Amino acid sequence: MNRIFWVLLIGLGLAAPFLIYPVFAMKLLCFALFACAFNLLLGYVGLLSFGHAAFFGGAAYITGHVVKVWGFPPLAGILTGTLFALVLGAIFGKLAIRRQGIYFAMITLALAQIIYFLSLQLEFTGGENGLQGIPRGQLFGVIDLSQPLAMYYTVFAIFMIGFLIIYRAIHSPFGQVLTAIRENEPRAISLGYNVDRFKLMAFILSATLAGTAGATKAIVFQFASLTDVHWPMSGEVVLMTLLGGMGTLFGPVVGATAIVAMYNELSAMGSWINVIIGGIFVVCVLTFRRGIVGELARLLRSRS
Amino acid sequence: MRKLLLAATCGFTMTLAGAASAQDQALSNDYVKIGVLGDMSGVYATGFSGPGAVGAVKMAVDDFGGSVLGQPIRVISADHQNKPDVASATAREWIDQERVDMITDLTNSAVGLAVQSLASDKGVITMNTGAATTQLTNEACTKYGIHYGYDTYALPVGTATAIVKNGGKKWFFITADYAFGHSLQKNTTEVVESLGGEVVGSVAAPLGTNDFASYLLQAKASGAEVIALANAGQDTVNSVKQADSFGIVQGGQQLAGMLVLISDVKSLGQEVAKGLQFTSAWYWNYDDESREWAKRYMERTGAAPTFPHAALYSATTAYLNAVKAAGTDDADAVRAQLNEMTIDDFFAKGGDIRPDGLLVHDMYLLKVKEASASKGEWDVAGVARVIPGEQAYPPLSESTCAHIDQ
Repeated sequence: MNRIFWVLLIGLGLAAPFLIYPVFAMKLLCFALFACAFNLLLGYVGLLSFGHAAFFGGAAYITGHVVKVWGFPPLAGILTGTLFALVLGAIFGKLAIRRQGIYFAMITLALAQIIYFLSLQLEFTGGENGLQGIPRGQLFGVIDLSQPLAMYYTVFAIFMIGFLIIYRAIHSPFGQVLTAIRENEPRAISLGYNVDRFKLMAFILSATLAGTAGATKAIVFQFASLTDVHWPMSGEVVLMTLLGGMGTLFGPVVGATAIVAMYNELSAMGSWINVIIGGIFVVCVLTFRRGIVGELARLLRSRS
Repeated sequence: MRKLLLAATCGFTMTLAGAASAQDQALSNDYVKIGVLGDMSGVYATGFSGPGAVGAVKMAVDDFGGSVLGQPIRVISADHQNKPDVASATAREWIDQERVDMITDLTNSAVGLAVQSLASDKGVITMNTGAATTQLTNEACTKYGIHYGYDTYALPVGTATAIVKNGGKKWFFITADYAFGHSLQKNTTEVVESLGGEVVGSVAAPLGTNDFASYLLQAKASGAEVIALANAGQDTVNSVKQADSFGIVQGGQQLAGMLVLISDVKSLGQEVAKGLQFTSAWYWNYDDESREWAKRYMERTGAAPTFPHAALYSATTAYLNAVKAAGTDDADAVRAQLNEMTIDDFFAKGGDIRPDGLLVHDMYLLKVKEASASKGEWDVAGVARVIPGEQAYPPLSESTCAHIDQ
């Protein structure tokens, strides 16, 4: 059964640039990966981070800088950005996992705001101007990424790798321990698991993949900006995850698609878009708390 | 069950993705399309962009007859929210999907720089009427980028010169913290220092600041004679109003708005703004030709045109004339045509687009009238001095634009 899903996902992913505007499809994939990475933490460990924009946007700036100024090839640039997110994730995680619930969220938010203000003030980020004109360059020195299709399939490959890593992590003993921690932390401790270590590992993994998503987005749009690192981005990813279905493998992909598509379609409505999306969020929380995929799964389960 | 769930997920994803793609995918190019990318809801929406900007472009298209070379002219517009990333993504989609031939407005220098470089990479002409930074025609100049109307070099030539000559020697800057503000501060400083003035300090305020108190207090304490506002739009209005409540002018310091529009004067009120001198690329009440155009514009949109709006009309007309003369909407041919043309209309007197993309034309130093001297609702200022184009803009030989040497 799983095989059918993978075939569908890969088939759709491969066909997407012929069905829709490739840059939009790439944006979808970047946000889908970001949401999946975030879901790993929220859905499987039960930790609500409100600072994931720091990894997403921070990695975008680092990638942009090394590619534009130091002349790194695109893939090396993305890897550098990802590495930065990993280190940042280790620092944030180490500090934040000491607390739980709202305090955890507040610590991650505060740390992320530090990154935001650094991005605003540091010279290399360009402040309000953003880091503009990042070259897409050539993959492995031969494939010209300024071609939409080449860029798209690169992004798709990166997304699939990230998605597979998350899939692997969730369906491993490591993932089982994470779920155990989410369900009952004291019991996990009493069973002899070093809970903090597992949480930290999950946090770092989540931050790293969020960084990969941000780094890829910087290459796609040739741009790294404050929007990516500002706190509403952290909120948006929470929204994507909840709307799609927290703690489901595919939920974040659906949620990210829904939110990004809505922003795209409704952009003509100006600031009303935030009211609409806020309304959708309220409806989601009140009526289908498991999210789109979560509710579908429940419906199908009750039928069968 | 699992299979069904997965299929449903995919189906849903596909539906959404399909909905998103239900836009115009036709690659036909049997029309000329102009994109107005501006700030439709933020601090620059009143005077620089907003509905007034779209109105000006549409008016130009209508006056042109709605078609060029037998092909219809279409106008699309979008709000960039003052975010360069949003602007760049929109411009990219316009070029890839909508097949726009020319992008205009581009208020906000960060946006202007981002879109100009993107559009030129993709071979699309930009006619920037809103952004002010001189980088557009210097270090960041491009093959297809045109800077139409004014820049941060031209603004202080009128205003700062007048103030320094009046005895305002010690300056302090409150600067909008992005490309535009820094560019304007740099150019103004050069003018002030060349005339023997000095700059005693500066502070950078983020774009869209509501509370200028801390910046104004620093300015007040600096001991400067002149507090220069290197910002624009709602930022300028807010800082002038708040300066009034801090008693800065009563305390003997002078405010200098480095980029003021007549719509700003209007929202400040002539009482607060009286005596204020500012540089403008155009003024509606300057001559008959301008008055006639302004009257028609006002009938269409309900507000008096600011100079960026007039620039938009003029730029659109110039572009369409160039398309007509070139007989094609091919960017290279149109750009070459724009280089050769002389632009002489109600907006740009003796205007010339140079190889670096800068439109050189006369600028005006305006002075806000006493309310009692106004002859109408929008008659808020008088022309104190006409600054000839060659004084307002630096010579081409000083441009650091790389491609003009080739």
